[in-house]
Amino acid sequence: MTTPRRPRIARNIADLPPSGIREFFDLVSTLENVISLGVGEPDFATPWHICDEVYDSLRRGRTQYTSNLGMIDLRREISRVLATRYGAEYDPENQIIVTVGVSEGLDVALRAVLNPGDEVIVPDPSFVAYGPSVKLAGGVAVPAPMTEADAFKLRPDVVRSRITDRTRALLIGFPNNPTGSVMTREELAEIARIAEEFDLLVLSDEIYDRLTYEGEHTCFATLPGMAERTILLNGFSKSYAMTGWRIGYACAPRDIIAAMVAIHSYTMMSAPTPAQIAATQALRHGEPDVERMRSQYDQRRRFLVQGLRDIGLGCFEPLGAFYVFPNITSTGLDSQTFARRLVQEEGVAVVPGPVFGASGEGYVRATYATSMDNLKEALTRLARFLGKRGTPY
Amino acid sequence: MHSILEILASEGRCTAEEIALRLGMDANAVEARIREYERNHVILGYHAVVNWHKADDQRLFAFIEVKASPERGLGFDRLAEHIAGFPEVHSVHLVSGTHDLNVVIQGRDFREVALFVAEKLAPLEQVQSTATSFVLKSYKVEGQLINTEGEDHRLAVTP
Repeated sequence: MTTPRRPRIARNIADLPPSGIREFFDLVSTLENVISLGVGEPDFATPWHICDEVYDSLRRGRTQYTSNLGMIDLRREISRVLATRYGAEYDPENQIIVTVGVSEGLDVALRAVLNPGDEVIVPDPSFVAYGPSVKLAGGVAVPAPMTEADAFKLRPDVVRSRITDRTRALLIGFPNNPTGSVMTREELAEIARIAEEFDLLVLSDEIYDRLTYEGEHTCFATLPGMAERTILLNGFSKSYAMTGWRIGYACAPRDIIAAMVAIHSYTMMSAPTPAQIAATQALRHGEPDVERMRSQYDQRRRFLVQGLRDIGLGCFEPLGAFYVFPNITSTGLDSQTFARRLVQEEGVAVVPGPVFGASGEGYVRATYATSMDNLKEALTRLARFLGKRGTPY
Repeated sequence: MHSILEILASEGRCTAEEIALRLGMDANAVEARIREYERNHVILGYHAVVNWHKADDQRLFAFIEVKASPERGLGFDRLAEHIAGFPEVHSVHLVSGTHDLNVVIQGRDFREVALFVAEKLAPLEQVQSTATSFVLKSYKVEGQLINTEGEDHRLAVTP
């Protein structure tokens, strides 16, 4: 036996920054009686009719591979829904691929379009996986800071200032995780013009499209000239409370989908068949569920934002997703310390803002995808933590 | 405006103030609307949904299918209202199908329910026949699953 003399882990993997979520999860897991506002998924169970459809499919033995692209029935439903909801036209035969969540869709899309060293502009703060996914695909993520003063929207001048000869794509996601910010059609159109001017691709992660509380969601691909340069990523996790099913899809011009299928067919073959059946059922019959859950989230959103403001935490008004992103600088603590002390002293878990990018410093992410009772108790504890006498609830 | 009712129908203890906050309305307006609902009997009452079995209370529920003859001009209304008057009766519905009235009885035990049917319900002039089904076990009551030990299966912190 000889001890290995060379590092066993590939350099680009060893260099990946540790997930701040992971570290925080480890801390929270050691504590008891914690109310977690640190969760990035719905508190609802998958609607029963969706599970029921899958039970039935299993009884009928539908347990085989599907086409690499995904079941044609599901792709047709995706095509129909995008056309009727947003006027986005995608051919189910060759412009839609069913993926294992947006996570796989994003990975495959990036690998399909990036050459080594290509730069991808990524809003900061944004979903934790964006930067690492770019890196794993051989690219370089270039953060484009967003600030509370700009309602956490991506400013065209900030995007322009990040563009270099190596810039290949923009990777955006609105409604935004962690801030809950949304961008209007006009604001996105300005980003689209930049994409056109500099010949950039746009990867648009619209996983929270159905959780928009005021105004309508803009599907990026429907902006002028954008169908040709957009890779639309979406999934079922948030809208239909289907996180554990791991099912999503990507829509893009034919050549890009063909490239994505080439990767997906070797690495994944096809998304799990039961999950595809569940997704088909969701698109066909899940609309009332989406409305029911959205109405609940919307009520909790108003309640939590007001509650945070009442106890003295400034809170930007989120218009989408299911997060609030309160400003905690008034406490004099940095985000990490605030979150650590809050969970240790009062048993309320929130996620430190910098987990989502450097611009998240001074903020924490809290979800309202939890019961009203939990929200009330969390506010009571937060008020106590902030040293206020009495609480509004 | 039905959103106020929707909240109260599932969370009867929700205050007007909280409803206002959640719906982005004025608290006084919500308060006034609720009073109006109460006055007009749109809201008939507020109560807890109790799992009596878990409370170690042996009370018993039974569904009585009642076949009856309608009255000219009145249909089943007078009979149904008469039956509804008994305190043992939990609810009464006119239904379609093989029988006419569906009566839910609440009693202390089998004997009490059986006696009620035999002595009060069956002898009523319009009643042709009754069929009694005792509830042995409940799985969902008033929209609430009985097995609500539904813990949160989610991890405490996720992206």
